[in-house]
Amino acid sequence: MLEIKNLHARSEDTEILKGINLSVAAGEVHAIMGPNGSGKSTLAHVLAGREDYEITEGEVTYDGKDLLDMEIEERAAEGVFLAYQYPVEISGVSNKYFLKAAINSIRKHNDQPVISRSDFVSMLKEKLALLGMDKSMMDRSVNEGFSGGEKKRNEILQMAMLEPKLAVLDETDSGLDIDALKIVSEGVNALRSPERAIIVVTHYQRLLDYIVPDKVHVLAGGKIVRSGDKSLALELEDKGYSFLNEGSEAVAAS
Amino acid sequence: MIATENDAYQESFQQFQSEQSSTAPAWLAELRQTAMNRFTQLGIPTKRIEDWRFTNVKSLAAKPYRNVQSISLSGGEAEALLEKAKLDESFHRLVFVNGHFVSQWSTEHELPEGAVIGNLASAIREEAGDLQNRLSVETDDEAAAFIALNTAFVNDGAFVEIPDGVTVDHPIHLIFLSVEAGQTASHPRNVIRLGKGSRAAVVETYLGREGEGYFTNAITQVDLDETAFLDHHKLQHEQTESLHIASTHVDQKESSEFRSHYFSFGSLMARNEINLMLDGEQIESTLNGLYMPTGEQLMDCRTRIDHARPHCNTYELYKGILDDKAKGVFNGKIFVHQDAQKTDAKQSNQALLLSDDAVVNTKPQLEIYADDVKCTHGATIGELDENSLYYLRSRGVSKDLARKMLIFAFANDVVQGVEIPAVRQHLETILLSSHGLPDV
Repeated sequence: MLEIKNLHARSEDTEILKGINLSVAAGEVHAIMGPNGSGKSTLAHVLAGREDYEITEGEVTYDGKDLLDMEIEERAAEGVFLAYQYPVEISGVSNKYFLKAAINSIRKHNDQPVISRSDFVSMLKEKLALLGMDKSMMDRSVNEGFSGGEKKRNEILQMAMLEPKLAVLDETDSGLDIDALKIVSEGVNALRSPERAIIVVTHYQRLLDYIVPDKVHVLAGGKIVRSGDKSLALELEDKGYSFLNEGSEAVAAS
Repeated sequence: MIATENDAYQESFQQFQSEQSSTAPAWLAELRQTAMNRFTQLGIPTKRIEDWRFTNVKSLAAKPYRNVQSISLSGGEAEALLEKAKLDESFHRLVFVNGHFVSQWSTEHELPEGAVIGNLASAIREEAGDLQNRLSVETDDEAAAFIALNTAFVNDGAFVEIPDGVTVDHPIHLIFLSVEAGQTASHPRNVIRLGKGSRAAVVETYLGREGEGYFTNAITQVDLDETAFLDHHKLQHEQTESLHIASTHVDQKESSEFRSHYFSFGSLMARNEINLMLDGEQIESTLNGLYMPTGEQLMDCRTRIDHARPHCNTYELYKGILDDKAKGVFNGKIFVHQDAQKTDAKQSNQALLLSDDAVVNTKPQLEIYADDVKCTHGATIGELDENSLYYLRSRGVSKDLARKMLIFAFANDVVQGVEIPAVRQHLETILLSSHGLPDV
């Protein structure tokens, strides 16, 4: 579903991604781990289309199409979803209007009829229940005055409503207490399906106890330096990221 | 004699005085003459005067505007404009065309005993309301030329007197239409007084015909006695070649409340001043404004609040949305006099620039002579937030709709402060048509 080849990206004068190679198939959950500043969030935003980054080399193929050639909203309409580490507060736009605008924009792009009011309401009700959110939050401005945990839930709610094909979760666990982490993880797990790929970007192993990945990659210095199965995450938890210096040389030498 | 830019006004004035000579009381003729002398002395303001620095009014104000002595109301144009201006049939309505009261288009519903909603010219004839003293407005300031000019031509406008303890249930809608052909000037003067504990809502609408630019030079005077409450709205919809200069002067006594909602959409150049004198304790005042110039429009919003006595609270929020080559000016003066301890004054001006060529000059100006006060002010000028745009787009919302959503949200904040449903709906409709959110 997603094929990243030799991806290089820079922000102003700093090269952040230095040749990422990654292949994610439908139905798989991949975890991308790594120390702070390794380029994890950059990778997530490059996939979503943030315009602050310049792609200097490489390619990204999504569902057989050139992802990097698509506008931000086009990527979303084609099924790419990024759950933000820092969700944006938008004063004066209600969550409900925002969600409906997003759903219908995507439907319009895909030549589908707009969602009926009753379908929207019942779908919203179901997803709110899944994430333990109160419906009164939907009449409030997008993320405005939400606690850290509420914002993260709201991200997963949006994901559940938009039903993406490729979901990228950027540090969704940061700032969550254990109860909120469980709820959010359940929300994500409910979306696991053979047609959907999920990339979980995280600094800590903790989240992966709840969202169990098929593959784990370690990103360091703008490159994937190791890949493995879920045991790699536990190894990292145990040893920390300090072994990476030798590790990256080993990879480079191999 | 050397021709000056004031010649047209001088000529108009001589004609006006002579036509009024048979009817106007002597004090009024004298008041007008004194004001004209002051206007002549001041001249049309230049950019050298600090308060006119960003608003180069000279070329627009120096056009040979003519004073309209009588109105015809033929051709249906005025009626069409009136239909556009109307907000709700339940409102008391006073209609003025080129400065003259039109009684057949005005509606006065049943009023509580003693309340007067009428026009100034009649009030002068009937020697009501101590007008001899009240019509004279301070023109000492070098920036006060148009206030003097309004007084020189003072003749008609709204006259509202609400006695003590009376609540006027329906809003009072004042509609000012410029209809007559050619470059016309009108100088409406509105005189509003609310007695102790009385309550009312006033809406002023300014509108004009397409075609040659005209000039509206309006003054509204408000006196609020103890514990009186006035909810004041102004909808500035003048046609886009016109010049609109106006000031609202509010004198508040103890525990009174004044709320102002100013919405500026029209005119080539619109300058609106609101001056509040808080002359009593426990006064509350709220000044909200939204100005949305596009094209080559210039909108100059000025407020001045004098905290003269202790324990008064004022809240001020002005927002601007500027597109194309539009210019905006915000000047918010707050004077906290020595006696005004425990003053709480909050001021905020936020401007959104939608184009590279739009400009806004914002100047909060606080002078504080008391030592135990809370005064805050803030000004932000910016473009649409890139992060917000990215966030919306990353959920599939098109760039165009994302922009609309953010602009609408920014402006709607001020609109939602309006409590009269018909006024709020009118404003929502305008927002929706200019920067609107589609039904999604």
